[in-house]
Amino acid sequence: MLTLDCPYCGLAKDETELSYGGEAHLKRHGPGSSAAEMEEYLFTRENPKGLHFERWRCSAGCGKWFHAARCTVTMEVFGTYAAQTFEPPAEIKKAITAKRPGWTWRNFQ
Amino acid sequence: MSEPYVSVARLDGIAMITVRADLADKAVVKAVKTSTGMTVPATASALMDGDSGLGWMSPDELLVVCPETERAATVDGLTANLSKSHALVVDVSDARAVFELKGAAVRDVLAKLVPTDTHTDALPQNALRRTRFGQVAGAFWFQDATTVRIVCFRSVADYMHRMLDQSTAAGSEVFAT
Repeated sequence: MLTLDCPYCGLAKDETELSYGGEAHLKRHGPGSSAAEMEEYLFTRENPKGLHFERWRCSAGCGKWFHAARCTVTMEVFGTYAAQTFEPPAEIKKAITAKRPGWTWRNFQ
Repeated sequence: MSEPYVSVARLDGIAMITVRADLADKAVVKAVKTSTGMTVPATASALMDGDSGLGWMSPDELLVVCPETERAATVDGLTANLSKSHALVVDVSDARAVFELKGAAVRDVLAKLVPTDTHTDALPQNALRRTRFGQVAGAFWFQDATTVRIVCFRSVADYMHRMLDQSTAAGSEVFAT
């Protein structure tokens, strides 16, 4: 069972109270973008064995979307943070570096 | 058949009003105070006094509970006082059902149905939790140490009532008394 802290409720919520929202930090390519960019936006997804960034919604609680950084192998959660961010905040990156030195995920490191 | 070890009752005559507004906005807090005489509760908590009270539902949603007789006046008061803020006041009484559980083992009954930790260390008496009961969404708060009120959508009230009846049936106690 995956347990995540909702940054809005400030409470630990278990998987059954949350909804999964796919990969985090996708850049939407709109009108004027190339076919390759559109393909990237629609279909190309990370499928890592290890560190991953995801979107989750506190669906049976406050209803807010948030981001989570976790490990897909150990189910370890490095932290959760607000959805209104383009990249993981410094404290999340620091928490990941402490456990997984030299980590990279897409353009982040 | 013997009596249930925690009593279950569906309550009538309790109105619920949803206020959508930024609860961190001082003007909103003041308007709610002027309208209801109560302070906006802290995150994930409720301030209840009998059939009246306020509950924190999300950073931008407030639940206003009042007796049926004060329903129209409360909606009008909130709408008028919040007219200058970016806010929405909606009477949701007819969309919801209220249940009351009463008994010493009330936290044990909750623990059967919700994924929330219901121990007193994790769930203080002023807490309001939005979660799921079995398969439906619901919220609950404490009226006092042995009384819990549960709100859910009216469309799932029958499911909720049966589930609560089953969970409180004599012989289904979690701990022997």
